[in-house]
Amino acid sequence: MVNVVLWGALSAAAGGAKTVDVEAHDIRDMFGKLAAEYPGIKPHIERGIAVSINGRIFRDSWDEKIPENAEVYLLPRIAGG
Amino acid sequence: MAYDTNYTGQKFKVVGTRPLRPDGVDKVTGRARYGADAFAPGQLVGRVLRSPHAHAKIVKIDTSKAERLAGVKAVITSADLPDLTNGDQAMYDMLVNCMAREKALYDGHAVAAVAAIDAATAKKALKLINVEYKVLPHVTDVDEAMKPSAPVLHANMFTEGVEPKPAKASNIAKRTEFGHGDVEAGFKEADVIVERSFRTEQTHQGYIEPHACLANVGPDGQGEMWVCTQGHFVYRNHCAQLLGMDAAKLRVTASEIGGGFGGKTHIWAEPLALALSRKANRPVKLVMTRDEVFKASGPTSSTSIDVKIGATKDGRITAATATLRYQGGPFLGIWAELGAMTSYACYDLKNVKTVGYEVVVNRPKVAAYRAPSAPMAAFAVESVVDEVAAKIGMDAVEFRIKNAAKEGTKSSYGPTYGPIGIGPTLEAAQNHPHMRAPLGKNQGRGMACGFWFNFGGQTCTSLNVNPDGSVTVAVGTIDVGGSRASMALIAAEELGVAYENVRCVVADTSSLGHNDMSDGSRVTFSSGMNTVIAARNAKKVLCQRAAKMWKIPEDAVTWEDGHAKPAGANAGDFPPLSLKEIAAAAANTGGPIAGHNEFVADGAGVSFATHICDVELDPETGATRVIRYTVIQDAGKAIHPSYVEGQYQGGAAQGIGWALNEEYVYGKDGRLQNAGFLDYRIPVCSDLPMIDTVILEIPNPNHPYGVRGVGETSIVPPLAAIANAVSNAAGVRMTHIPMSPPRILKALDDKKARKAAKAKAA
Repeated sequence: MVNVVLWGALSAAAGGAKTVDVEAHDIRDMFGKLAAEYPGIKPHIERGIAVSINGRIFRDSWDEKIPENAEVYLLPRIAGG
Repeated sequence: MAYDTNYTGQKFKVVGTRPLRPDGVDKVTGRARYGADAFAPGQLVGRVLRSPHAHAKIVKIDTSKAERLAGVKAVITSADLPDLTNGDQAMYDMLVNCMAREKALYDGHAVAAVAAIDAATAKKALKLINVEYKVLPHVTDVDEAMKPSAPVLHANMFTEGVEPKPAKASNIAKRTEFGHGDVEAGFKEADVIVERSFRTEQTHQGYIEPHACLANVGPDGQGEMWVCTQGHFVYRNHCAQLLGMDAAKLRVTASEIGGGFGGKTHIWAEPLALALSRKANRPVKLVMTRDEVFKASGPTSSTSIDVKIGATKDGRITAATATLRYQGGPFLGIWAELGAMTSYACYDLKNVKTVGYEVVVNRPKVAAYRAPSAPMAAFAVESVVDEVAAKIGMDAVEFRIKNAAKEGTKSSYGPTYGPIGIGPTLEAAQNHPHMRAPLGKNQGRGMACGFWFNFGGQTCTSLNVNPDGSVTVAVGTIDVGGSRASMALIAAEELGVAYENVRCVVADTSSLGHNDMSDGSRVTFSSGMNTVIAARNAKKVLCQRAAKMWKIPEDAVTWEDGHAKPAGANAGDFPPLSLKEIAAAAANTGGPIAGHNEFVADGAGVSFATHICDVELDPETGATRVIRYTVIQDAGKAIHPSYVEGQYQGGAAQGIGWALNEEYVYGKDGRLQNAGFLDYRIPVCSDLPMIDTVILEIPNPNHPYGVRGVGETSIVPPLAAIANAVSNAAGVRMTHIPMSPPRILKALDDKKARKAAKAKAA
């Protein structure tokens, strides 16, 4: 089970929950289950969400494994100059 | 293909040296070809008609007279760009921004475009287009736009990120929040609390080269575009989608780039040039004027920020909050969100809360500007950090060191930090001679820290060993700061050949797989890592070919110093084969020799910098001169130190302009008053001191050479460092950027008036 921390705007899309628990082995799993369980999050996933796993930020690598007891944060997909 | 991206502590022979850049001679002799330097037989001149109103309904557009003008080959309006965005709001906003549909949303918004045989005819044609507008009330100020009485730009915009969803439309597109702990409890523990409000005005990246392209779409639906961009693959994808073309049928070649800094990460007039070309069945060259660049490309946000920080007398921050309001032009952006994420990222805080509001106004669509949104947030936060330190009587650097984030700190935007470099940059600042240099009359010193995320992204690279033993590296990222030299250094290092034997080119969109935009300080990190992997793949092929030539097993060959050698005594006794010898024999050992890699580069790692600045004020005129400036930043590993220094100096130079002079000035009519470099003053050489740099090299564990991005972080601390220096020189806290002479004079006058009132009261 992965405890996923949501940022402010995403929290509103998950009915106000600041964290949610999902059974997931990698980022793809996690997004699939989040979209199914919290349909409000789906448009955000489609728009792009970055995932921080133990402090390392992934923007596109959906195959990245989520280790046991990992710290997982969903973050806005960052733009740069 | 398997590869390892972890840092290994490899010793370098070529990386870290400072050879001449391969594009240097072309650039200083004028031979380099920029966006406007391409020509095609029969090309037409494209020009855009733009709204003179900040906010207006487009009732009717009559193009018939323009179409009848001799020499006009095509006229387009939004009707020529049907909505093909399939409900994708971001793409739809892009379409609307490129060409207004029902409404013009800002002064300079495109409403029609023409292609004609020459510039004079095109200009005449624009005057013959009759647009009937119904002028609507407008709003250009971020705070005004948030008021319930403000004219609403979009009847269907309901604030995202709040529950329950508002029933009334407003200009507040989104609310977002970050933080942890209990800030109210934290403020109760504080001995000192400082609370202030700040404003920053809108600035432009100020790249010298305007947007320019040459578009050519044939009757068979195939097209080409030569364009000045930070990401030709993304331009290809977006233009193809908006015009209903297959991406494969639109080949985009990137020109040299005369600056971008984020402003060339979005499409602006390129779809118009393609649509004109398609309609005229002729090539169309479209070059924006400077006026158009200011009015209708993507400057950064203007902002309004409130900051509150509490600390104990012994220098520990107990709580910190910020409310950040950023305008994004007429469309939803992510700018306040980035400000909210970055504002306290330098610090180790138990209790922190940041709230961001994305606000729409009648100004041009905001684009990224070098570490977008972070400089304004840092200005507000670092100003208050300085003030808190002063109130408790602690040295500003010492106070920051005491509260600096470190490995294991829970960042203000959420995740826990791994190894990070804020501490070393602060310690380097504390020990730098600049901090102890004496100051003269009317002079002040300031320092500040800055944070930026950096990221990687999709990257595709090919390395070809040519028959004569020279090497070509084809990358899909744009060379915005000397990256072709860095890629050549990396390939030379890996292959063991001379730097001069490697040429790196930016390949067109038909030659490589997709590459993401050249932004997020990612080019040397991502394409550099990919060049390492591609070169290692090529080395495997070179060893295979040597094995064939020696008739021994492949795994009995190793690569050392540019040569294939038998791996050990049992492999046989063969003299080493050079890369040149193996390349010369390639035709008979299996054909061309190449290495390739495509991947998503992740693990860029966050970046920190500390800047020190000395200024001198003229109390008579309010003019400020930066007399000394030092940048200290972690590069992980500087592949080409001169270009790392160039990035540090460039960020500081842009920050100096932003801090002291640059600003969009809007009239009451909502029109931009200073759309040109005469009235929008960027710093020139004579305005700047020599900017000193200190490169720290704390290896990034997620890159084989330890590289971190360096392009953006250097613009984060300047607004704050200069504001702290000016505030110290003036003896009054400056809260409005730019600190232009009139604002400084007003601050000095207000100070005098306060002093006089106090004396009178006493």
